[in-house]
Parts: sequence; C-alpha cells; structure tokens
Amino acid sequence: MSHPVLHVDQVTKRFGGFTAVDNVSLTLRPGERFGLIGPNGSGKTTLINCISGALRSTEGRVTFDGHDVSTLPAYKRTRRGIARSFQIPRPFKSMTVLENLLVAIDFAAVGHGLNARQQESEVTAILDKMGLGSKTHVLSSQLSQVELRKMELARAVASRPKLLISDEAMAGLSSSEIDEVLDLLIALNKDGITIIMIEHIMHAVMRFSDRVLCMEAGRVIAEGAPKDVMANPRVQEAYLGV
Amino acid sequence: MRGNGFWLAAAAFISAAYGLTVFATNDYVFFAGYIILQFMVLATAWNILGGYAGYVNFGTNAFFGLGVYTAVFMAKAFGAPLLLQILVAGLVGAVLGFAVGLLTLRMHGIFFSIATIAMSIIIETFIINWKFVGGASGVQLLRPPPTAPFDSYIRMLFVIAAVMVVLAVAVARYVQNSWIGRGLRAVRDDEIAAECTGVPTLQLKLLACSISGFFLCAMGAPAAMYLQYADPASAFNLNYSVSALAMSLIGGTAHWIGPLLGALLLASTQQLLTVTISSEVNVLVLGLMLVLFVVGAPDGLIGLYRRFFKPKSSDPSGGSSAP
Amino acid sequence: MFSFELLLDAVVLGLLLGCFYAAVSIGLSVSFGLLDVPHVAHPAFLVLASYGTYFLSEYGIDPIIAGLLLTPVFFVLGLGMYRLYYETFEKRGSDAGVRGIAFFFGIAFIIEVAIILLFGVDQRSVQAPYIGKSIDILSLRIPLRLVVAFIVALLLTLILTLYLSRTFTGRTIRAVAQDADALRLMGANPIATKQWAFGIATGVLGIAGALLIIVQPVEPTLDRAYIGRTFCVVVMAGLGSMSGTLLAGLILGVAESIVLTLYGASWAPAISFAMLLAVLAVRPQGLFGR
Repeated sequence: MSHPVLHVDQVTKRFGGFTAVDNVSLTLRPGERFGLIGPNGSGKTTLINCISGALRSTEGRVTFDGHDVSTLPAYKRTRRGIARSFQIPRPFKSMTVLENLLVAIDFAAVGHGLNARQQESEVTAILDKMGLGSKTHVLSSQLSQVELRKMELARAVASRPKLLISDEAMAGLSSSEIDEVLDLLIALNKDGITIIMIEHIMHAVMRFSDRVLCMEAGRVIAEGAPKDVMANPRVQEAYLGV
Repeated sequence: MRGNGFWLAAAAFISAAYGLTVFATNDYVFFAGYIILQFMVLATAWNILGGYAGYVNFGTNAFFGLGVYTAVFMAKAFGAPLLLQILVAGLVGAVLGFAVGLLTLRMHGIFFSIATIAMSIIIETFIINWKFVGGASGVQLLRPPPTAPFDSYIRMLFVIAAVMVVLAVAVARYVQNSWIGRGLRAVRDDEIAAECTGVPTLQLKLLACSISGFFLCAMGAPAAMYLQYADPASAFNLNYSVSALAMSLIGGTAHWIGPLLGALLLASTQQLLTVTISSEVNVLVLGLMLVLFVVGAPDGLIGLYRRFFKPKSSDPSGGSSAP
Repeated sequence: MFSFELLLDAVVLGLLLGCFYAAVSIGLSVSFGLLDVPHVAHPAFLVLASYGTYFLSEYGIDPIIAGLLLTPVFFVLGLGMYRLYYETFEKRGSDAGVRGIAFFFGIAFIIEVAIILLFGVDQRSVQAPYIGKSIDILSLRIPLRLVVAFIVALLLTLILTLYLSRTFTGRTIRAVAQDADALRLMGANPIATKQWAFGIATGVLGIAGALLIIVQPVEPTLDRAYIGRTFCVVVMAGLGSMSGTLLAGLILGVAESIVLTLYGASWAPAISFAMLLAVLAVRPQGLFGR
C-alpha cells in the first residue's frame, strides 16, 4: 500500500470550554473518494478547517504527504497541495472568473514557472473542463449559485492540489445541478486528486464515496464502506434524532 | 502595460517641474504647487493599503506628523541634510507601517480604522510631551541655504516633491500590476478565501503597510522646512487623514491614476478656496465631495470614466462595470 | 507628594465622569454595538447637540431642558441618516466596507465645518445655576455640574437599558442585532426596526450633548477626542452590552482621572485611545462581552 496522502492523528479543537472536534483520527489513501457526514454542528467544518489550516488544532497532528503540517498557516498548506471550497461560496467579488483562478495560479502554484500566456491557457483549460468557459471574463459577483460553486472548485483545482476538500458544494442546488457537480468531482478524482466531500445530500455521498466517516458532537461514530455506515444504528440515531 | 510611456511621462513631469523653477518668476506657484504634489504622494501612498488591500487607515496624520518630527529631530540633533531627513523619515514610516500591519492580525474594518486613529493620538501625545522637539508649542526652524543648482529653497522643495510623486506612483503602479496587487485585491475581497488560495495574507499586508508608511512619513519630512515651523497640532492634523482618504476614493481606488487625479483635483480646488474664501470652506468641500462620491459614484472618477466612455468593458484587467 | 486623599479625590471624580462617558457612548453602543453601523460620526453628532444646547441656552433655556428639546430633532435626524446609509450601502450588498467608513468620516467632517461656519472656532459654554458651584462631601470638593451630569447620565443609561430589555420594541431591536432573517420570518420588518433603533441612538445624543457642554466647554473639533472615549467604552463593554457600557464608562473615567492627577493634562487625551488599542489587541470581544 502506498503511503497515506493525509493522516489526521487524534486531532482535538476546543473553543474556550467547548470541544468542537474531539480526538478525531483518519487516514486517506492517494486517489481515495472520502465522504464526511454528520448532523449540523457535529464538527465537520471545524475538522476540515483544522486540516486546511483556517484553524489550528488544539491537540493532535495533521500529516500531509509525509510532512507534519499541523503548525503551518493555511496558505502554506495550500501550496503543499490542500485545496478547499467553502460552505458559503467566497469568490473574490471584484475580480472576473479568470482573475479568481489566476490568484490560485500566482500564489498556490508558485514555482511552476509559467509565463502569463501559459497561465491563461491553463485557466482556460480548467474552466472549459468545469463548463465555465463562457464565463471566463464575467465578474464573479454576477455568477449564479451553481456557477459560483463550480468556480470555487475550479479555483481550488487551479492551485494544483493533491487533496481537494469540498465543503457542501451542492447545498442549494437543483438535482440536475447536483449531478453536474458530482460528475465534476468524479472527473477530478480520475485525474488523481484525492477528495474529501462533506455533504448532506445522502444519495450524492453514497454514489461518490469509497469510504464514509460520520461525526456527531465532535466525535467519530462510524467509519467504513458507505452502506455499512448508513446501516449503523448510531448513525441512524444521529440523523433521525431517535 | 506601456512601460516606456510611463517612464517618458515621468521624465517629462520632472523636467517640467525643474523647468518651472528656472523660468517662473513668482514664488507663489511653488508654495501652492508643493502642497498639490504633497497630497499626490499622500493619496497615492494611502491607496496602496486602503485601496488595494481595503484597510482604511485613518492614521495618515500619524505617519505625516512623525515624518515632520523625524526631520525636526534630525535637523536639531545632527544638522542632517534634507535628503537624509526624508530617507530616515521614510524608514521610520516603514517601521510604523509594519507595526500597523501587525494590527491587521486581529482587527478588520472599522476596528482597524479606529485603532489607527488611536495610534495617531498616542504618538501625538508623546510628541507633545517631548521637550527636545518643542513640546506642545512647537519649534521654529531655520532653512539652510539651498543646494545647487537651486537658488531658492522653496523651488528646491518643489522639485523634490515632484520626484517623490514619481517614486510613489512608480511603486504604486508596480504593486498594482504585479502579483502583489492581485494578492492584495484577493485580501480585500475575502481574506479567508485568499489565505486558502495560497495567498500569504499577513506578509502581503505587512508589505503594503510598510510601503504605504514609507511614503506617508517621508512626505512629512520636507513639510518641516516648507513651513519653517513644526507644532504637534498642525503636524498631526486629522485633515491629512481625511484628505488622503477622500482624494483616493474620489479619484477611484482601483488604479494608481485614481488617487493622483483625486489629489490634483481636490488639492488644486483647496488651494483656490483657501486663497479666495477660507480654509474652513475647503474642508467642507472636501467632506461634501467625499460623501457625494461615496454615495453617488462609488468607484470614483475612474468608475465614472468607465461608465461613460467604455460602456461595454469586459477588459480582464479592468474593474467593475456593473450594468 | 502622593496622598491617599488625592487618589480618593481622583477616583470619586472619575466615577462621576465615567457615568457621563457611559451616557455619551450609549447611543454608539446601539448604533455600532447592536446594529454594526461603523458610526465614526457619532461624536460629531454629540458635539453638534452641544452646540444646539448652547444655541437654545442663549434664549434662556436651561441646558437640560434644551437637551430634552433636541432629542426629538436628533431622533428624526437619526431616522434620516439610517435611511441614507441603508439605501446607499446595506441595500446594495455587503460591500459597505471602505466606503461605509469613509461615508461617516465625511459626515463627521461636514458637521465640524458646519459648526465652525455657524459658531466660529472659539470655545462655547452654557450658564446654569448648577454650573460653577461645588458641594463639599467630607473632605472632597465636587463640582455640582458633574453631579448633575452624573444623575442625568445614570437615568439615561438606566432608561435605555430598561427599554431594550423590557419593552417589546426594545427586544425586537436586540433580536435584529442577532439575526435579521429570523426576525423577518417572525413578521417584523428588520429595516424599520434598525431605523427606529438608529433614531433612538441618535436621539439620546440630544441629552448627551447637553451633558457634554455642562461638563466642559465645547469647541468644533472636540469630537476627535470623543472618538477615542466613545469607541473605547463601547468596545470595552463588549459590543451592544448596555450594563457593560456603564461599567466600561466608569473604568475609563477613573483611569483618565487618575492619570490626570498623577501625570497632568497633557497625557489625558491618550488614555482612552491607549485603552481602546489595548482592548482591541488583547480582548476584541470586550471585557463584558456577550
């Protein structure tokens, strides 16, 4: 077995007296499609904030690609290959779609040594793949919801990630749009990107994931094959509130 | 962009300024012109942080005042020459800018702005209580003879200010068009998303604060010799803060030409008003223009220009052209 | 050189002054603390109210009565201000940022200059039976004007606190600060609620301005010193906390008064700003935050 791309080792995050993530561990193999589920407030977003560096874990270690990144700021983790989208899209509003992606290329993919022309052609390739080609020069503040979701994924991809964390990229989309985004994620995975998908839309998680982890109140309550996790009585209890 | 055009224009600008000192007969044009050039530098420098990165610095007066007093101290303590005063003031400003940059770690928006006012009052209070530089009542300064090729001090100051305009604009232009500018825009739009897209937000903000601080403070230094007098109340006057901010916003913050235009327009109007009516009225005009533009033309003169002369702009380097 | 009596004197004066600081800040505690409006022009309106009081007192009206008369005027002014702010910034989306701050900064300057043009740059003060006298309590000599300001300030703070916690409208205002969308679902209009709250925040400045000119002579640019004091109090209090506002005002008052006694007047203006900076840097959620 190849060495893991991500290893989260007993990570705990406390805010004052409140423990949002409690002693969570997980290991991702390269190329894996990983689903992260759990009710609202169960600590999913806090956990991926600790992985992406938006927050620093109180205890525990995050190892990425063989290096301990626990103390690195977010931008350095992005440069090492952890990219993410946000639950509520966070576009650079004053910029066009093209410029949004150029930020990622300029800063995250530094050292790839591309000149301006090559940068633009890389961006165009990514946008075409994401079905945003016609929006290249449109201001990001004028995009529709699904276009924003796609642009966030495109921006993440432009940073040439090894691991992509998609935080509820399908929330608020129609079912055909959900399928579109799902197909995109699967296509990205085929290109070799490991993906963590946080999602409430169960059929999407089931279709997408090789493996699923369920959190409740900051703890892991089940982990394994999608079907097994969904059949787990504790998971059903957490979701149905029985 | 047309790099050569810019440098040609810059060379022409400095030559014209120098030519004026050779041919003009009336000194008044230099007294008024110096002030206009000074505000061009202040607005351009303010915009590097306020416009590009979106952090509203109310403490322009702290940087400017500190520049004035760095010059006073250097002149009194070591008899340092003017250019050295300006350089040291710039370095002091860069250090203060760096400190202000550290504030951005914990403060955003209005909190940052209020913190910069706080900083300026605290610095002013220290100067007021510093007897060596004259305390609250201020200090009189004697101009040394002008350096060749100039035969009048005010004419020399005028050319120095013109050179500083070119330096400040060149730096602002470089920042805007380089990866630094793109990173700062990302910071302004969404700092968290920027950080997660690989932008070293803190480093960029520290850089922007230091560069901005360098020029704000450096421009204070020659003001001491311009007035031949320095006192805390006028060196730390809040009018510098509102002017730098208003000129940038009125011109437009997205492009380096904005603050330059804003400063040219407002400072010239102010010079006219101060002479013909009163200095209170010019502050009133400044305030009214600021509010009018912020409400009615949020992207400033640049925005108005784009709206009326480039109706269908999808130019990728351009700013917003909302319908 | 340093006596216990001197310190006691400073503390007592500081407490009286602190209550006054709370009163001039409580409007900001609503507009900035609860409504998130970057109201840098708050102290400018305060000084404007002082000049209004001065203007009325020239006709022989007692300053406190004048302040009460100004309150409805300022209330309406506040309604208008919020409307303008809302239409210009909040309605167009979240991008108020730089421009919202610049807007109020500009308003503050316009008010300053308007005062200069109308009243000149000289200091102005008012006459009243309680100004200029002092009372002796034990060994302390306390200016009566501070006592009057203290009592009115305490009443004002108390009434506003009760209004926000006990009345239906008051609680709606607190609710809109927490979650405007939830409020909309409950059938209330968040914009109208915010506008009303901003009106009240500005209205109380009528009385606060009267207190200011009772406590000290005013000049057009006095608002600059009060940017530090009012924001210091509101931030220290924890945004939107009314009881915190009173406590924070008292802390600032005592601190200023002690520094004034020990180090002299030239250091006093920096105290509020230094405390503000310290609170922002160390505990941005305030000392008594929600």
